[in-house]
Amino acid sequence: MPVERLKETPSQTAGPYLHIGMLPAQAGLKLRSQERLNVLTSAGVEGERIRIEGSVYDGAGVPVRDAQIEIWQADSKGRYNAPGFLGWGRAGADFSTGTYFFETIRPGATPWPDGRMQAPHLSLLVFARGINLHLHTRLYFDDEGDANTADPLLNAIELAPLRQTLVARREMRGQQIVFRFDIHLQGEKETVFLDM
Amino acid sequence: MASPAPFIRRDRLWHPPQFAPGYKTSVLRSPRRALLSLEAALGELSGPKFGHDMLAHDDNDLIRNHMVSGEAVGERIIVHGRVVDENARPVPGTLLEVWQANAGGKYRHVNDHYKAADDPNFGGCGRCITDADGHYYFRTIRPGPYPWRNNGSDWRPAHIHVSVFGEAFAQRLVTQMYFEGDPLIPLCPIVNTIPTLAARNMLIAQLDMGAMVPFDSLAYRFDIVLRGRRQAFFENRTEGL
Repeated sequence: MPVERLKETPSQTAGPYLHIGMLPAQAGLKLRSQERLNVLTSAGVEGERIRIEGSVYDGAGVPVRDAQIEIWQADSKGRYNAPGFLGWGRAGADFSTGTYFFETIRPGATPWPDGRMQAPHLSLLVFARGINLHLHTRLYFDDEGDANTADPLLNAIELAPLRQTLVARREMRGQQIVFRFDIHLQGEKETVFLDM
Repeated sequence: MASPAPFIRRDRLWHPPQFAPGYKTSVLRSPRRALLSLEAALGELSGPKFGHDMLAHDDNDLIRNHMVSGEAVGERIIVHGRVVDENARPVPGTLLEVWQANAGGKYRHVNDHYKAADDPNFGGCGRCITDADGHYYFRTIRPGPYPWRNNGSDWRPAHIHVSVFGEAFAQRLVTQMYFEGDPLIPLCPIVNTIPTLAARNMLIAQLDMGAMVPFDSLAYRFDIVLRGRRQAFFENRTEGL
């Protein structure tokens, strides 16, 4: 008999009312109404300000308007848990448009387990009604061309065109840098999801 | 700092599959390609650290934290337990978030239109941070079951949603806790997305008379197991990260 460890508690969907516990103001609660978990920047945080924006789409191409996205990232120098920068954020898709957004900074590069450098990226989790175990993916930046070409994780995606599903597209909106990142749960444009 | 140890692989046959047609909403929201399996990097092996300074004193008291004119209506309960990893080590200092319907099965949410009455004194939102031994507790009312559209009117057993962070993003877990003895549990299409009885049973909180508060609240015990770290024998670990 193999050695037995404890088994992990099984996941269940976060359901349609996940906002009550995780984004109470969006649910309509008066608790913690000043909380803005999708804004990672504050005056003292160094780094290039960026906005990340997109939608989550289901297999019929319909926006998932009850989705929640969480991000986890390094600071501009490539440090996780750096003093003064939480590095974590959470956003709910808008109930009418399905759009989510974050205001954050562009992360610095961090190493792969073998010591090679990875391209700057965010880790990203998707929760929603109908998702039985949260989906894990990454967001890379389309203006980091050389770093993306050398990135160990992107290169591990055998079908090269699918690498683009992890790359956010830069657009300018006035003075603001916006990276558009749509997530497709299913279908031809299906995002690459990770098991790590 | 040295690179933190990697995690034991997630047993995806133990968790519910993404495509679980008995739960209809999963049909269009489930990826069809295989997941890309890779060794975790720093971004998965680390995670946000939340401090007690973020908590209000009543964040773990759902009977009082959304009070307008008095305490919430319903069967008063304590829910407590330990967060440990697969190696049975406690997970201290981790954020746990909970949400639930009121005693009539109605959520305090702009999108819930169930006919059961609202309770103006109940928000259904709580959170706490585990202590040095991984222990947590909160006080609430037992939520009611409610109907939902799936196979006509299916019924959810009474449940509390639970979100846990762990110390690394790879340990993140969102699940639901059920109550011992609830006859709706085996009928629930969402419970039944989980393939085995042994796994489903891990989500059932046990009545804990040893933890009840006399003349005040019953208690339920719900322990949570997160992914554990793998021991790294003879592995090439990157130095100086």
